[in-house]
Amino acid sequence: MTTTAIVVLVLSLVVVWGGLVLSILNLRRAPQDSTDPDLPDEPAEPT
Amino acid sequence: MARAKPSTEREQWSGQTGFIIAAIGSAVGLGNIWRFPGVAYENGGGAFLVPYVIALLAIGIPVLLLDYSLGHRFRGSAPTVFRRVTRRAETLGWFQVGISIVIILYYTVVIAWALSFVWFSVRQTWGDDAATFFQRDFLQVAAEPGVSLDIVPGVFWPLVAVWVVVLVVLALGVQKGLERSNIIFLPMLVILFAALVVRALFLDGAAEGLNALFTPDWSALLHPGVWIAAVAQIFFSLSIAFGIMITYSSYLKRRSNLTSSGLVVAFSNSSFEILAGIGVFATLGFMAHQQNVQVSDLEGLTGPTLSFSTFPQIISAMPGGSFFGVLFFLSLTVAGLTSLLSLLQVVSAGFQEKFGWSPRQAALRVGGVAAIVSTLLFSTTTALYVLDTFDKWANEVGVIASAVIMTGLVAWRLRLLPTLRWHLNEVSSTRVGRWWPWVVGVLAPLVLGYMLVSGVWMLVTEGYEGYPLWFRLTTGWGALAFMVVFAVVMTRIRWTKDPDDFVPWPPLPEGGLTTKGVRK
Repeated sequence: MTTTAIVVLVLSLVVVWGGLVLSILNLRRAPQDSTDPDLPDEPAEPT
Repeated sequence: MARAKPSTEREQWSGQTGFIIAAIGSAVGLGNIWRFPGVAYENGGGAFLVPYVIALLAIGIPVLLLDYSLGHRFRGSAPTVFRRVTRRAETLGWFQVGISIVIILYYTVVIAWALSFVWFSVRQTWGDDAATFFQRDFLQVAAEPGVSLDIVPGVFWPLVAVWVVVLVVLALGVQKGLERSNIIFLPMLVILFAALVVRALFLDGAAEGLNALFTPDWSALLHPGVWIAAVAQIFFSLSIAFGIMITYSSYLKRRSNLTSSGLVVAFSNSSFEILAGIGVFATLGFMAHQQNVQVSDLEGLTGPTLSFSTFPQIISAMPGGSFFGVLFFLSLTVAGLTSLLSLLQVVSAGFQEKFGWSPRQAALRVGGVAAIVSTLLFSTTTALYVLDTFDKWANEVGVIASAVIMTGLVAWRLRLLPTLRWHLNEVSSTRVGRWWPWVVGVLAPLVLGYMLVSGVWMLVTEGYEGYPLWFRLTTGWGALAFMVVFAVVMTRIRWTKDPDDFVPWPPLPEGGLTTKGVRK
C-alpha cells in the first residue's frame, strides 16, 4: 500500500472506531438510568 | 380526563443494552456492505471521509436524536407519536409507515437471494459466468421491464421461508422476538464479517484494492455532488426519519440515556461501514490482480450487482472460495434480517396501537398481507425492475420528503425543538447544546430539501434507468402515491383506544421553558 493510503486508512479507523470507543466509554461512565436525581420515579403507564 | 383501563402494559426492551443492540442491528443493513464501499470509492476515495464524518455529526446524529426524543417522549409508533404531538400530524406518521411497507416488500426478497447464495456458494453453482447465472438462471429476469405473474420457484421458496421466520419473530414481540434475535444475530454478523475481512486482507492484490479505496482525491471535496452523496449515505444508512428509531426508542424505559446511546449506535454503524469498505475493496483488489487490470477498470461495485455477480465471480477464482462465499452471503442475510425486523416493527406497532391488536395479531394480519404482496411482486421474472424503482422512489423521494416534512413541522410549525432538547437533556448524561435546534431546524431541512427537489427534478425530467414512462408511473410514482393515499386513509379511520389520553413524561417544569429549552 502507498503511504498516503495507509495514512488515510489509519485516520479513518482512528476517527470512526475511535469515536465508537469514546462513545462506549461515555455511555459506561453514566449510570444505567436517568442521571437527574431530581426526576420522580417512572409514572404508571397512562395508556 | 377519562383514564382508559390499563389493559396491557407497553412492551419494553429489557434495558439500555437490548435497545442499543437492536438499534445497531437496524442501522447496519445491506447498505453498509454493498453501498458504502462503492459510494466512498466513487466520491473521492479517502477524501470522502471528510464530508462523511461531517454529515454524520452535523445531520445524521442530530436527526437520529430527533427521532429518539420524539419516540421516547410521546411513547408510541410513528402515527401515535405525531398524533400526540399535534392531531393533524398523524398523517405524517402513517406516511412513514407507508414508506416502511414499500421497503419491506422488496427488502425481503434481497435477503431471500442472499440466503440462496449461501447455499450456492458451497458448490459454486454459478459456474464460470456469475452475472448470467444471477440474471438468467436464478432470477430469470424478463426481457422488458413490467409486472409479470410468472413465478420463479427458485426465488419463491426462499422468499416464503424468510417471511415465515420474520413474522414469527415479529409475533413474539419486542423483548422476546426483536431483542432476542438481535442478541443472536448482531454478534454473529460481526464475527462472520470480521472473519471475512481477515481472509480478504491476505488475498493477493488486497493492498491494491485498499489503495484504490483510501487514496484521497482532495479535489472531490470541491464538488457539491460528493457532499450530497455523503449526506445521502449517512441518511439511508442510519435508518432515520421514517419511523424506525421513533418506534424503537418508544420501547425504552422512561429513564434512559438517549443521547449517549445514540452516539454509540451512530458510531457503530459507521464503524461497520469502514470495516465493510476494507473487506470489499481488499476483495476487489484480488479480482483486479487476477485479471491483470486496475481496480479502476472494474465494474459493478455497488448494490445487487456487486453482491450477486461480482462477488461470486471473485469467489470462484479464490482458493477456499466456498468458505468465503458462505461468510459473505451469511453476513448479507443476517445484516438484512435485523434491518428488516425493524422495518416490520414500524408497521406492526402502527397497527397494534391504532386497532388495539397484540403483536401476534399484527404479525398475522398486516404481516400476512405484506408477505402475499411481496411474494407476488418479487418472486416473479420482473422482480429486479420493480425492486429497482421501488428502492429509488421510496428512499430518494419518500424518506427524504418525510425528513423534510418532519424537521420543518417540528421546528417551525410546532416549535417543539426546545422541548425535545430539554427532554433529551433531562434523561441523558450527554448534553445536547444550543446548536441542536439550529442544525435540525435549519441545516437539515435546507440540505435535505435541496436533495429532494433536485432528486425529484431528475426523476421527472430524465426518468430513471431508461425505464418506460408507464412503468415509472405505476411502480415508482405509484409506490409514492400508495404511501400518500395509505397515510390519508389510515388517518381517517377511528382509533380503538384513545391515543390522546396521554401525559408526556417528564412533565415540563413549572413556568415552562424559555425559547432556548432551559428552565425559566
